[in-house]
Amino acid sequence: MIKTDVVIIGAGPVGLFAVHQLGIKGLKSEVIDNLDKAGGQCIELYPDKPIYDIPAVPECSGKSLTDNLLEQIKPFGSKIHLNERVQEIKEDKGLWTLKTSNNKTFTTPNIIIAGGVGSFEPRKLPLKELTKFEGKSVFYSVTDKTLFKNKKISIFGGGDSALDWALEFSKYSKVTLIHRRNEFRGAPHTLKELEKLKAEGKITIKTPFQIDTVNEGKEIKFINIKNDNEKTEKIETDIVLGFFGLIMQLGPIAEWGLNMDKKKIKVNTENFQTKKPGIFAIGDICTYPGKLKLILSGFHEAALASVECFKRARPNETYRFQFTTSSKEIQDRLGIKK
Amino acid sequence: MPKITYIEQNGNSKTIEVDNGLTVMEGAVQNNIPGIDADCGGGMACATCHVYVEDSWLNKLPKTEEAEQDMIDMAYKPNKNSRLSCQIIVSDEIDGLTVTTPEKQT
Repeated sequence: MIKTDVVIIGAGPVGLFAVHQLGIKGLKSEVIDNLDKAGGQCIELYPDKPIYDIPAVPECSGKSLTDNLLEQIKPFGSKIHLNERVQEIKEDKGLWTLKTSNNKTFTTPNIIIAGGVGSFEPRKLPLKELTKFEGKSVFYSVTDKTLFKNKKISIFGGGDSALDWALEFSKYSKVTLIHRRNEFRGAPHTLKELEKLKAEGKITIKTPFQIDTVNEGKEIKFINIKNDNEKTEKIETDIVLGFFGLIMQLGPIAEWGLNMDKKKIKVNTENFQTKKPGIFAIGDICTYPGKLKLILSGFHEAALASVECFKRARPNETYRFQFTTSSKEIQDRLGIKK
Repeated sequence: MPKITYIEQNGNSKTIEVDNGLTVMEGAVQNNIPGIDADCGGGMACATCHVYVEDSWLNKLPKTEEAEQDMIDMAYKPNKNSRLSCQIIVSDEIDGLTVTTPEKQT
């Protein structure tokens, strides 16, 4: 059981900056994120895309923004629990208990939900009949390569993941690469290698095709693929792999009894608390009149929420507003030596 | 003001006046049109504002950029009429545009 002043759900830029705003007020926090690294959408969706609207930073990438935020919060020593999702929360006398998918428990007076649009999960093939084969012969990621030896494999997708695995598995399996259009998006050397393997007959490429049906029964034997002109082809296959990137799913948060508006959590604009005392929502996941989905708005929301977190975590102390430029206390917390 | 028609898979259709300069996605979100999620808010990063553009309009719209096609690869059941509605900017030239929303976005 981990006890802390604040649990932050989501290690995107806004969740990370919340660590800072809490930290300078002397509050301890722990961060939980479903991804395998910090940065949220900035890292997962656009690590290399430039961002031009961070105040006083004319241009930065999602990656550099994340790296700088991690640097900025280092003095506070908050732990970031990765590859973990908060499954359930419970309240008892003003204290919240959280349980994660790895069976860790936390108790805290404050939860800040900075979950963006939810947790990232692989996007799946649009054929319901494939669901029952998931984890057995239908996969959306590769963890154990040995499962893919000496098999007939159908790979769907046109991006780097699809191409890289197609090349890898073609070394020891019969690979068919299926994509909805003729163009693939991959690194130039990957595309070249693909052309070569295709010419040598080591990879079969089917474009522009998409999945249509799968055989009935307990095991996958074949799939049918279809193009825009309704032409179908049968592909014998043992394994189906799909690489369509990640989507964001709200997940268990939807069941916590918060006021939801579509997939967003309603908050007040004074301290970004939800209708449940001690639960805050900041960044893309919150909504209020005039809400803008900007990183800078999330930073503002983090600052205001942290004040209320202080009041709840330190009910016997008086909150004092201080500037980082002049407060000895804050500078000590930041580990600044003069 | 240009009119945009949004048709759901069940045949329900709504025609809305959308300001010039907004995107077809924004027109939908601001008017509570179901079927368009727009999770990333228009950043061409999520493919959850995917629509099918009516055949007769396909060639009248400005062509897709490669990045949009790359993103459509990730969409739910894309076809040759697929576009991301966040990349279609409303103007007088596209007055009367009709798009159909997919059965779902994810």
